[in-house]
Amino acid sequence: MNNIAEKAKALFDRNEIDIFIGYEKGTRSPRPSFASNAEETNRLIFDETCSGNLAVYLTRKDLVGGKKVGIAASYHALINIAQLFKENQLKEENLYIFNIAGKQLASVEEIRQYLSETPFPSNPGVIELYNKIEAMSREERWKFWSDELSKCFKCYACRSACPMCYCTQCIVEVNRPQWIQPWASPLNNMEWQINRVMHMSGRCSGCGACSAVCPVGIPIHLLTHKVWAASMEHFGGEVTDKGSTLSTFKPDDKESFIL
Amino acid sequence: MNKYISKQSLTNFLAKIKEDGKRIFAPVAKGSKTDFEWIESVNEISLEHIQTTQSAKSITFPRTEKLFSYKKTEGDITLQDYTPNQLETVVFGIHPCDAAGFRPLGSIFNWDTPDKHYNERKKQTILISVSCTQCDEYCFCTSVNGSPGNTEGSDILLTPIKEGYLAEIITDRGKELTDQYGNLFEPAPEIDKEEYLAKVPVHFNVNEITEKLSGLFNNEELWKKQSERCLGCGACAFVCPTCACFDIQENDKGNSGERLRCWDSCGFSLFTLHTSGHNPRSTQSQRWRQRLMHKFSYMPDRLSVVGCTGCGRCSRACPVDMNICEQLTTI
Repeated sequence: MNNIAEKAKALFDRNEIDIFIGYEKGTRSPRPSFASNAEETNRLIFDETCSGNLAVYLTRKDLVGGKKVGIAASYHALINIAQLFKENQLKEENLYIFNIAGKQLASVEEIRQYLSETPFPSNPGVIELYNKIEAMSREERWKFWSDELSKCFKCYACRSACPMCYCTQCIVEVNRPQWIQPWASPLNNMEWQINRVMHMSGRCSGCGACSAVCPVGIPIHLLTHKVWAASMEHFGGEVTDKGSTLSTFKPDDKESFIL
Repeated sequence: MNKYISKQSLTNFLAKIKEDGKRIFAPVAKGSKTDFEWIESVNEISLEHIQTTQSAKSITFPRTEKLFSYKKTEGDITLQDYTPNQLETVVFGIHPCDAAGFRPLGSIFNWDTPDKHYNERKKQTILISVSCTQCDEYCFCTSVNGSPGNTEGSDILLTPIKEGYLAEIITDRGKELTDQYGNLFEPAPEIDKEEYLAKVPVHFNVNEITEKLSGLFNNEELWKKQSERCLGCGACAFVCPTCACFDIQENDKGNSGERLRCWDSCGFSLFTLHTSGHNPRSTQSQRWRQRLMHKFSYMPDRLSVVGCTGCGRCSRACPVDMNICEQLTTI
């Protein structure tokens, strides 16, 4: 038991936070919940059934702007939080972070240490499907993704649920010049996903929220997984410790994967 | 007029319809999801689901559609009007909540200027619905003037009974179609249809909600609290049978191009962003307010129809469980 409700209440009692981002019981499974005072912490829960990545709310200025924030952070959310620190999106002194064991992680170093000591939550289903697609011929793979992505109607739930998609203006909404045609069509949908996953290279935590929230069930987390695997293979090691794959350039970078 | 059709005869009925040149849009199961597709064979149809992922609104309001095309020549420009030339289409297996959804959808597209594209498509569409024998905790049709056996909007409504279906023939178009294949239908048995329908609990009185909402526009605290976890994606709007917001886009190919209409959502921040940079709905709480107000206050006031049929899709599709029925009952 992590006693998350009590811990959040204690923070309010000591006047240390303005809002606590956690989970509460939902219609079928737990959902995000926000406590803005000690009384509202009663409903907070935090266990293995709590899916959905709460780190997404840490960059929402209308919700947390200028506030001291407590948060219940899953393993994946912690990876995202570490990355958001690296991208200068968060301030340590404004955040009270609790892991699933109920332990407060007071600094980026503590988060990193916890992540390195705790096994990455494995998801055999993802690996199985990933390997299945990797084993396909190029033609089969093209058909698979063409079929899947033609279903996309561009609701952008994948973008909205992702903690790393915090741009105030997304590339798909830039219209001077218009890089990507905004209406839904197989080619446009593909362009959108290619852009999305390229922006995730070396930043994605592998939480799978993008596909979990897709209303039409496209397994788009496999695309981010692919880019993650490519990042690991070509740039290696602890991706979060080095520059972002997309934005860091070194003259001796390998370019073998481009062609 | 009521008739009876056996399961086998229904299969034959649909096969004949297809054979005789109509297209059929029907639920097809893929993995854990069922959605409407153009079917090649009647065997593809699945009726096991409680609700399809999307509604069938795309039949009259496609996610992307051409409005007109243009060509530039030196000193001149020619416009080519576009009228959808849709083949006669049978939408089979929609539930009463979806059939009823075409009324609010049609009211929006005929509010001021009748929308040629919507109306042309609707004219070519025949709705053969199937009553609900099962429901889940997201269904609330009975709270918004509907029911699992509601005939509104359907041309024919089939209710599963014993080994076949009670067929209620509701419109002239429905009658025409059943007359055409009259030998497949039998006289209706004496039954109480209600006994075969799902029991969908009533959660609220929609007129009371409309009344309540009329005074809540300025209650910022309420909308802020309600919308806190909303991520601002468009999943709810895109799966909704009555959401009709659209964007106008230009598929510009230099000296020629097409003007397109494509789905949009009032939940997106860009939806109301002015060229000046001003956004009258700059926060998610204002956009959530708009969603509820439009469906449950503005539409009843202006179009005399509730903009929601209780299908529950928005709640099922929501990444963060913005359960609309729960939100309405807790106002």
